[in-house]
Amino acid sequence: MIPACPLASLPRGEALRLDVDPPIAVFHTDDGEIFAIDDTCTHQDASLADGWLEGCEVECPLHASRFDLRTGQVDAPPAKRPVRTHEVVVEDDTIYVVPSDAPPNLPPGVTLKEQA
Amino acid sequence: MNTICVVGASLAGLLTARALRSQGYGGRIVVIGEEQHRPYDRPPLSKDFLKGAIGEADLALEGEDEEPGIEWRLGVAATRLDATARRLTLSDGTSLAADGVVIATGAAARTLPGTEGLAGVHTLRTLDDARALRADLATARRLVVIGGGFIGAEVAATARELGLDVTLVESGPAPLAGVIGLTMAQALAGLHEERGVRLVRGVQVTEVTGTERADGVRLSDGTHLPADVVVAGIGAVPNIAWLGDSGLELGDGVLCDEGGGASVPGVVAVGDCAAWWDPAQGRHHRIEHWTGARQRAVVAAATLLSGGTARPEPARPAYFWSDQFDVKIQFIGHARDADTVTVEEGDPAGGSFLAVYRQGDRPVAVLGVNQVRLFTRWRRRLETAPVQAG
Repeated sequence: MIPACPLASLPRGEALRLDVDPPIAVFHTDDGEIFAIDDTCTHQDASLADGWLEGCEVECPLHASRFDLRTGQVDAPPAKRPVRTHEVVVEDDTIYVVPSDAPPNLPPGVTLKEQA
Repeated sequence: MNTICVVGASLAGLLTARALRSQGYGGRIVVIGEEQHRPYDRPPLSKDFLKGAIGEADLALEGEDEEPGIEWRLGVAATRLDATARRLTLSDGTSLAADGVVIATGAAARTLPGTEGLAGVHTLRTLDDARALRADLATARRLVVIGGGFIGAEVAATARELGLDVTLVESGPAPLAGVIGLTMAQALAGLHEERGVRLVRGVQVTEVTGTERADGVRLSDGTHLPADVVVAGIGAVPNIAWLGDSGLELGDGVLCDEGGGASVPGVVAVGDCAAWWDPAQGRHHRIEHWTGARQRAVVAAATLLSGGTARPEPARPAYFWSDQFDVKIQFIGHARDADTVTVEEGDPAGGSFLAVYRQGDRPVAVLGVNQVRLFTRWRRRLETAPVQAG
């Protein structure tokens, strides 16, 4: 588990970018749910934590493909692959992320730092 | 409806076909595409694809799952439409009758008169254009780009990154001035010059010189710019010549109502070929931006399936982006509606800033330059409270 931040420091409607490899975005929805997905859009190098959070979806800040925070599925081009999702655990008022074992769907030209 | 024919297999055509399915249409969908290729994304053609950072497979608009129940007729152009009978004639001599027709034939790059048959002169609109330009740039040293719109500015930036000697000729005062306004266009011009693109402004091109192959460009002030490759980025014209005797009303595009319905029932048009009625401006006009095609595909599908009774949502202000060098340019709204423009974050000289355009107190447009997060907040604000001039 990766500690993300104290629950109180991520208000509803906000997002946080974790500088791990690859980066992870943590979202606190207006309904009070917390989700974690890979931060990088699957289409091009953009930070989804900078995107537009609406309900359980985040819209990429560059080209406006929308990802479902629960499943990672994307609604419309230009992105066409889902974004990887991660499990979130809240314990003792702290948000933790359990990184997925699945391979990430990074955009063309973006690689893991360890492979770079 | 049993058969809907979508003419045009690019973004607007694909997304309208998808929207028809998601809105419950279960009949036959035939998509006709003049190019041989399955739908692909055009914006990277002047950027990452031209640079060689991504390949052709990366351009595909479809995911790994097949589109549900679409019949593709690729490499075949529609040559004629009888709109009342909804009968299409195709370039392979066959014809096709449909209950509904979606016209999504896009636009074609405008070419420079007198350069036909001259090697080394390019336009950039299709994958084949991009392949040819990429190959030509690989052995070239000097590039002259004619036209400082999006294509011109992006090709100039990409070629500079590839190490070419690049001159950009713009007949107006600065690249992109028509869309982002003169003040901000002047600021962005510096971005190109700092990165080594030579800007020539306020002059016309009178001639591309050379016999079999272009060797330069002559300007209205007499200057001759030597070039190994010339790119003309001088706009696009809607692909509507094939509709000349269709019975549809045509102007600068297929004239449509505000839901995309053409002048004959059962026919809609969407994307770069379509000029929808804009009630805020009181005129028909085309929107050549990517996001315009995406938003309008959903509306056009609803119009077609409802027989024109669907009430479209008010149009959202146009949003577009451009990547030039390491700079992400984002813009929403209409600069021409503004009385003032103020930089509210960062500094144009520093390469990262956000500017707000206002009409009186009301924001009507926003420009972000390497300000992705802040721009997104402004975009949300303008989209949820649409500007009146759409």
